Amino acid sequence: MMKNELMLVFIIVILLVMKVADNGRSSGYWIGVINVLLIMNCIIDWLPVSEGELFGGVYKSYALGNFGKSLLSTGTLLISLFSTDWLKRCQHIAEFYLLMISTLLGMFFMISSGNLLMFYLSLELSTIPLAAMCNFGLTERKSGEAAMKLILSSAFSSCLMLMGISFLYGASGTINFEVLSIIVQETPLYIMGFVLLFVGVAFKLSVVPFHLWTADVYEGAPVPVTAFLSVISKSAMIIVFSFLLYHVFGSLYNSWYLLLYVLSIVTMITGNIFAIRQENMKRFLAFSSITQMGYILVGISGSSAEGVTSSVYFIVVYLFSNIAAFGVISQIAEKSGKETISSYKGLAKHNPFLAWTMAIALFSLAGIPPTAGFFGKIFLLKAGASKGDLFLITIAALNMIVALYYYLRVIRAMFMDENEDSIPILHSGAPLKVALAICLIGILITGFSGPVYEYIFTLSNGI
Amino acid sequence: MNLNLLIILPLLTSLAILFAGSKNTVRMIALAGAAIQLLICGILLIQFNKYSVGLQNGQMIFESSSPWFSSLNINYHIGVDGISIAMILLTAVVVLAGILVSWNVEKMTKEFFLLLTLLSAGAYGFFISLDLFCMFFFLEVAVVPKYLLIGIWGSGKKEYSANKLALMLMGGSALVLVGMLGLYYNSISETTGFNLMALRSQVIPLETQLIFFPFLFIGFGVFTAIFPFHTWVPDGHSSAPTAASMFLAGISMKLGGYGCLRVAAYLMPEAAHYYSAYIVGLAAIAILYGAFATMMQTDLKYMNAYSSVSHCGFVLLGIGMLTPTAINGAVLQMVSHGLMTALFFAAIGMIYERTHTRTVSELGGLLKVMPFISTVFFIAGLCSLGLPGFSGFVAEMTVFVGSWERVEMFYRVSTILACMSIVVTAVYILRASGMSLMGVIKNKKFESLTDATWNEKAAATLLIAGILIIGLSPFLLNDLITPGTKQIMQNVNRIFTLN
Repeated sequence: MMKNELMLVFIIVILLVMKVADNGRSSGYWIGVINVLLIMNCIIDWLPVSEGELFGGVYKSYALGNFGKSLLSTGTLLISLFSTDWLKRCQHIAEFYLLMISTLLGMFFMISSGNLLMFYLSLELSTIPLAAMCNFGLTERKSGEAAMKLILSSAFSSCLMLMGISFLYGASGTINFEVLSIIVQETPLYIMGFVLLFVGVAFKLSVVPFHLWTADVYEGAPVPVTAFLSVISKSAMIIVFSFLLYHVFGSLYNSWYLLLYVLSIVTMITGNIFAIRQENMKRFLAFSSITQMGYILVGISGSSAEGVTSSVYFIVVYLFSNIAAFGVISQIAEKSGKETISSYKGLAKHNPFLAWTMAIALFSLAGIPPTAGFFGKIFLLKAGASKGDLFLITIAALNMIVALYYYLRVIRAMFMDENEDSIPILHSGAPLKVALAICLIGILITGFSGPVYEYIFTLSNGI
Repeated sequence: MNLNLLIILPLLTSLAILFAGSKNTVRMIALAGAAIQLLICGILLIQFNKYSVGLQNGQMIFESSSPWFSSLNINYHIGVDGISIAMILLTAVVVLAGILVSWNVEKMTKEFFLLLTLLSAGAYGFFISLDLFCMFFFLEVAVVPKYLLIGIWGSGKKEYSANKLALMLMGGSALVLVGMLGLYYNSISETTGFNLMALRSQVIPLETQLIFFPFLFIGFGVFTAIFPFHTWVPDGHSSAPTAASMFLAGISMKLGGYGCLRVAAYLMPEAAHYYSAYIVGLAAIAILYGAFATMMQTDLKYMNAYSSVSHCGFVLLGIGMLTPTAINGAVLQMVSHGLMTALFFAAIGMIYERTHTRTVSELGGLLKVMPFISTVFFIAGLCSLGLPGFSGFVAEMTVFVGSWERVEMFYRVSTILACMSIVVTAVYILRASGMSLMGVIKNKKFESLTDATWNEKAAATLLIAGILIIGLSPFLLNDLITPGTKQIMQNVNRIFTLN
């Protein structure tokens, strides 16, 4: 039942042993070995896992969570593939991967947590190595700044969350999720506990007003770490959040619906407004991801099965689109050091593969058919509309127009603007091309395949 | 006949273009694809005529439905009736003409033809969809190719126009989405989902209709340049390359009209009747405003773009009047205007390619230099102002006769105002043609210009043939679309009887 986590622990042990016994092998050797291990991990994670509980309710295994874990492993593998160039330059490859796998392990435990304390513990396990990873641009000041900002803000949000946990314990006398789901009622102490718990979740999700760390941390961290933060970290939290929302705190529905309603509107609008002005690609994608989280909140706040299904489906789409975008950015940043939209002008002339990949990824994020992003957005809005509230859907639809504007800015720079100083022909390595190809296939096919959505729907019915 | 062929063929063509080698191969593949598509549409028409003889009026034929996302009640549901087939034929003709006219595009030829073919696939898909989700999907598919076509191959302030077009059309789609979701969640039975035919047979409560009809109508109306959301038309059409202008004005604007008819008026006739005064008012404003604005233009393409706003106003006028003849006129106008404006843009494109100017005052005496192109220009202009013998006359007359059937003062006045626009149309057409084609040759360099090449002649002949067929034997098109409009009127008639 715990095979996903055991596989990760196994990889960590192997890495530790290899590092200790290191004979000064080349970085290419390290990267090759680790990627093979990650591929094995990914394959094993997609094998079926039995459901149930372990350790007296501390560890839960359920279908949707296992699907989420498989997704996270796939995402990690893709990120690792496209960051090979940066890693070759980086001197501490083993340490980087150790930190990354530890974070992933933390996320796996978070998804499978069966009580509040396990949830908190695994949240910490997933955050702290991430902050260390942010500092991996070792010679850049921005990187250290990003790491400090992340660790301090997350410590603060964890404090608030811990307070919420203590309230919940005080009100109910138990930390177990199953028991909580039966006991929770709409009394002030429970609601307060939930709200403070939500603060911790909202911090990880970059929901306004807990989003202030996002732009600076994304900009300062190296691109693979930004990708990891943006995709894996958020996806994990959404899966846990849906579980918490519908399974544990289902009885507080009337309280949290209004909360999500207001926050989603504020998040979408703030993310959009700030994204319009951005010049740095990483900050740009940071604010765009804040807006995407707003849409997910719209979807989650809908009815139970459909809301969870559309959110998880959107995560799949978001994973592929964002990783493709970050893959292109990392290649360009690594080979030419340029990160601003104006330096991307004329990209299509010399690097058509990169330009078209970025274009398709951005179209998917904007929600334009035939990419999967279209289906993801429509299903989210549909789930949100099931409550009958027209206003929320109209705001979301109008926000999609604003979002299209700033995504088109990048497209325009790449395809239409002339630039004498445009980025020269970059020779991408095979791992990058493989990663981008997989993402592109994912973006173009996931939308059309009804079975993917149906499968997720059957999984969410278990919540 | 399998309707999926209509979508599969353009997709195969674009795939083939993707892997093609030289520019010539790309062009031949695109041409072959479009020609075969036209052939298939012709076969579809013949088969439709054969099948529909014994059927009830206006039933959908060649219907097929397969589940796509069954937990959401979304099916891939397609089918055609007379109106759809008329629009599909229009698309086939305009796309073929567009490909012929763009034969000499040099910059990124492969991508150009690829985007054009993908654009046409989106249009075909829209016209055969019977499920609102599929319609929306195909509506949105077209946004990206349009943006890229205008932004990369356009002229003038192309990035600005491309942005404006993409954002405003996305805005229209956003409104359509909200309307669609409203219909979905307010349908009476659980399994209706987005199914157009099932939604039609239900009577949606009036309050709901009154809320969602504006969303759907204005959303689709943005595509048809409803006033005041028409501002994307002048910039978008003028900055676009010729084939894209032909497609935009000829087909893309009809997506909106078809949507207004098939979705808004069809499913919510009570609301359509309730709002008909507003629709007619906006349409009349569009017709007159478009006509007067056109008079002020000095650039040929801007002139044609504003005249498109004016002519598409007739479509909305016909839909707003809600009488059988008026709706027939609206569909006729959609087809006629599509052909006519494509022809006009083709002619302007040919002139621009040679003289590198679109300003009327800089042109003159082109009739002596390029007789074929000038004649084409004249024909397009005469069709636009409604000369009998061409399709414009047929369509506009039908709309006027149908509009006159509504006796209330407001509708009569709107009809009269719309009729007056013919005079304004005549002014700008005759002035533009006269100044640019006749008279003295303004620029000495023009004397050495060449007349139309084979591809341009073919494109023009194709479109003129269409215009003449509809103009001289309108009963052919009319008999095709009348069963479909009867179906729509059946829905409308269930709530009110005509005076």
